[in-house]
Amino acid sequence: MIELSQVAYSYGGAELFAEITLALTPGSFHFLTGPSGAGKTTLLKLCYGDLTATAGDVRIFGSETRQMSRDDIAMARRRIGVVHQDCQFLDHLPLRDNVLLPMTVSDRQEEGETHVDDLLAWVGLAKQSSSLPPQLSGGERQRAALARAVITAPDVIIADEPTGNIDWEMSQRLLTLLVELNRMGKAVLIATHDLNLIRAAKPQVSARSLRLRNRRLQAAGADL
Amino acid sequence: MRVDIGFVFSLLRGDPQADRVVPPTGYTARLTQFTAGAMALLAVFALALSLATDRMADRWAAELAQTSTLRISAPPDQTAAQTAAALRVLDTTPGILSARALTAEEQRALLAPWFGPDLPLDTLPIPQLIEIVEGDPGYDVTGLRARLQAEVPGAVLDDHARWRDPLIAAAHRVRLMGVVAMALIALSTAAMITLAAQAALYANAQVIRVLRLVGARDIYIARAFVRRFTMRALAGAAIGTALGLLAVTLLPSSDVAGGFLTGLAFQGGEWFLALLIPPAAAVTAFIATRAAALRSLRGQS
Repeated sequence: MIELSQVAYSYGGAELFAEITLALTPGSFHFLTGPSGAGKTTLLKLCYGDLTATAGDVRIFGSETRQMSRDDIAMARRRIGVVHQDCQFLDHLPLRDNVLLPMTVSDRQEEGETHVDDLLAWVGLAKQSSSLPPQLSGGERQRAALARAVITAPDVIIADEPTGNIDWEMSQRLLTLLVELNRMGKAVLIATHDLNLIRAAKPQVSARSLRLRNRRLQAAGADL
Repeated sequence: MRVDIGFVFSLLRGDPQADRVVPPTGYTARLTQFTAGAMALLAVFALALSLATDRMADRWAAELAQTSTLRISAPPDQTAAQTAAALRVLDTTPGILSARALTAEEQRALLAPWFGPDLPLDTLPIPQLIEIVEGDPGYDVTGLRARLQAEVPGAVLDDHARWRDPLIAAAHRVRLMGVVAMALIALSTAAMITLAAQAALYANAQVIRVLRLVGARDIYIARAFVRRFTMRALAGAAIGTALGLLAVTLLPSSDVAGGFLTGLAFQGGEWFLALLIPPAAAVTAFIATRAAALRSLRGQS
């Protein structure tokens, strides 16, 4: 679904990483680790077409991103659920409308209406559906971002430090949600520096752990 | 710039959800509405001035083109004879419908505005005037002058062209200035709305980032901004046009006050032209905002 082949990315003349090869296939589960500044977020952005590689090929659902128009990228994004570290929302809209947003922009509003309430209940935010995003806690925002990411039933879920701002119990809950989605056949890629989260996933899912280090992507030990 | 019909229809139809994704903005909304209103007001005045000048030029052209004046400047004892001779020449000139000598009262009335009503016409060496009404086609001016020179030495033919043509040319230039003013108003409106739209786009950078993240196409994002600015411009221009029409209507009519700066009110179908100003402002806002939005969205990639 998403393939990176010998990908490099440079910023301001400096090479952030190179020779990255990675394939996100249906049902795959990857953790991406590495020190701060190693380029984890950049690598994720390459995966959903927010950035263009300076070398190598990035193919999203079979199309090379350099050949994709802006509309093509937008259409591809509808098949990729993204959970950002900072969980940006439209602050003037209630949570329910924010979670529905991917359906709204895809002209599938009515379809989304049929299961948005179930989805909010699934992430434990049924009572907050009419709250505005600034009124939510960090954990609630993370779960809301996850609900928004999966409402279109995407093929791939990409999460950037999804547990960065929440406590351990909430991290476990989010991980469980992501594992459940993976069992439904979704490819999951999580960037995190939280090794405890990776260890906690071990009994639940067969995941590969990758590390960005010294500008290269390495396997971080055996598959979990 | 290519504007697809579907986009225009969807804009007119509106999409409540798409409209809601952009938060309501304060000063850009008021700025757009005020700009459109003020520009529409000015456009009404420019249109009224342009059309009134056009009417005036047409009227002058029509009225003056059909008349000429013959002036008999002769010693008092020869004036009557030369007037009679001139009338004979005029009666036999093809292209002249009628010719008549003005009476002393008519000549006094013509001079009254400058010398007062008690002008002692008999004591002044005032030439005799003959009013000539042309037919269609008119007479041969050169030929008539030659005949008059031979038969009525004191006659001077004035076909009004000497002062009519510059006046009409000036009137046409004023009309052109009105058209140029309206074009400048449209461009200024577009520029102001473009600036306001860009300010709104920059102010909503986070909204745009979120919309992109969830798969919104540029056209979807642009539509939310374009519809908002188009509707604001339409509303502002409607108010400005209404105020402008009211002001123009309240101007004194030319029948009452006379003079150049009166009679500016629209007549007949001209009202329809004035009513086109709000839709024209909306179209201007649509084009300006759409171009600004798509350019800005491309730039933010």
